[in-house]
Amino acid sequence: MFSGAESETLKQRRTQIMSRGLPKQKPIDGVKQVIVVASGKGGVGKSTTAVNLALALSVNDSSKAVGLLDVDVYGPSIPKMMNLKGDPELSQSNLMRPLLNYGIACMSMGFLVEETAPIVWRGLMVMSAIEKLLRQVDWGQLDYLVVDMPPGTGDVQLSVSQNIPISGAVIVSTPQDIALMDAHKGAEMFRKVHVPVLGLVQNMSVFQCPKCKHKTHIFGADGARRLARTLDLDILGDIPLHLNIREASDTGQPIVFSQPESDEAKAYLRIATEVVRRLPPPPE
Amino acid sequence: MEAAAEPGNLAGVRHIILVLSGKGGVGKSTISTELALALRHAGKKGKAVHQCDSGWVPVFVDQEQSISLMSVGFLLEKPDEAVVWRGPKKNALIKQFVSDVAWGQLDYLVVDTPPGTSDEHMAVVDALRPYSPLGALVVTTPQAVSVGDVRRELTFCKKVGLRVIGVVENMSGFVCPHCEECTNIFSRGGGEELARHAGVPFLGSVPLDPELTRSLEEGRDFIQGFPESPAFPALSCIAQKILNEAPVGLS
Repeated sequence: MFSGAESETLKQRRTQIMSRGLPKQKPIDGVKQVIVVASGKGGVGKSTTAVNLALALSVNDSSKAVGLLDVDVYGPSIPKMMNLKGDPELSQSNLMRPLLNYGIACMSMGFLVEETAPIVWRGLMVMSAIEKLLRQVDWGQLDYLVVDMPPGTGDVQLSVSQNIPISGAVIVSTPQDIALMDAHKGAEMFRKVHVPVLGLVQNMSVFQCPKCKHKTHIFGADGARRLARTLDLDILGDIPLHLNIREASDTGQPIVFSQPESDEAKAYLRIATEVVRRLPPPPE
Repeated sequence: MEAAAEPGNLAGVRHIILVLSGKGGVGKSTISTELALALRHAGKKGKAVHQCDSGWVPVFVDQEQSISLMSVGFLLEKPDEAVVWRGPKKNALIKQFVSDVAWGQLDYLVVDTPPGTSDEHMAVVDALRPYSPLGALVVTTPQAVSVGDVRRELTFCKKVGLRVIGVVENMSGFVCPHCEECTNIFSRGGGEELARHAGVPFLGSVPLDPELTRSLEEGRDFIQGFPESPAFPALSCIAQKILNEAPVGLS
């Protein structure tokens, strides 16, 4: 049996040993605040939300410089949604220059590989790719860096959370149970790695028939509100299922840019306001 | 079903079907579930359909013990516990799931996978290779970002020598229950075009169907409960195509 004092030393020693080998958390040069957009579940609209959130942050306050980083290594959607393609140039100091569109600086795995090439990589290789995307990009001075995460709670999420300080996480979910369960896991993962969760976005909340205006809750109704209550989180906003959003994304003209007066775009602008409200004050 | 692990636990399995997609949220799990149910319903008496996602002792989902299920979900202490694992741990679990589950005699094993082309996929393809899987059912939604990701998935299948049974286009159009107007919320035809382009069979389009979503949430048998629903004919047709490919004689 150990005495109280001995077990304390033991505990400290154990923590010391366990933390060896873990990457040190270091901010990205020039980036003031990092906002990650995650979910747990695939296909709920993380990338669509990340893209429109980045644009909305820029629209709400044109003095802010915004960047968009796509760390979905296996299924990078940002290039398509932001209508960007091509090899990033290298700066003088051998850093990759982000590609620009709609005033947003973007970097994605999608720029570094062929469109049809699958990234058949094990976790370890993915970690080093993430490292590159985080540290070897010449972002310049950014007020916000929006990071589009892949689905799940695995290597990529861990690597990102361990490597850089994250100001806040936005969790996207659709109303259905399966998505909410995964969103719950996503939120829990962030709690485990001490990343503040700013709130939930309920995506694909309701569909209104363009012909007869009848509303259908295709993916269930309002489930995200219940989850938010359970997790003691806020709903940052509700985005309806609208043909326009998908069409805009598919053509690489995100709705906040192409239809800024639309209800859908306004929903994103409201979410951006809510996000900024909940962020801690920027450093220095 | 004995809980003891045996070597060659998949020896009694006739046909293995992997359900893949490059993209998340396209409906792999939904299609896997419905396919398992449809195969069971379409089958003659005595056939057994089992759905797997990994595990030791399969859990039977019905009285007749015709569908059993394995999932990492059964191993969690609480349903909302997050599995925050890196690759090696996931690979080890998947290997165990393939070799240490007492499946017994199965007509079909449907394997539901996560999105992407990562550790889990390589691990499951490697582990299942000695059992000559029938092939992969690749699910996509019609929109451009999905088709893009799924194109990569098809390349992955080619790379690892996994035959593609066909492409399923899910969430293909929504018919308003009120006025019957069809809106292509997630576009339409992208999956079919992808199949044509890649030279693989197109198995069918499944429309968006709130009854399907609801029945999944409530854990009900959609195939049995909602034969009138828009998604039903599409799902039955896809199951029939699989059955034609991989017939199982009377046991």
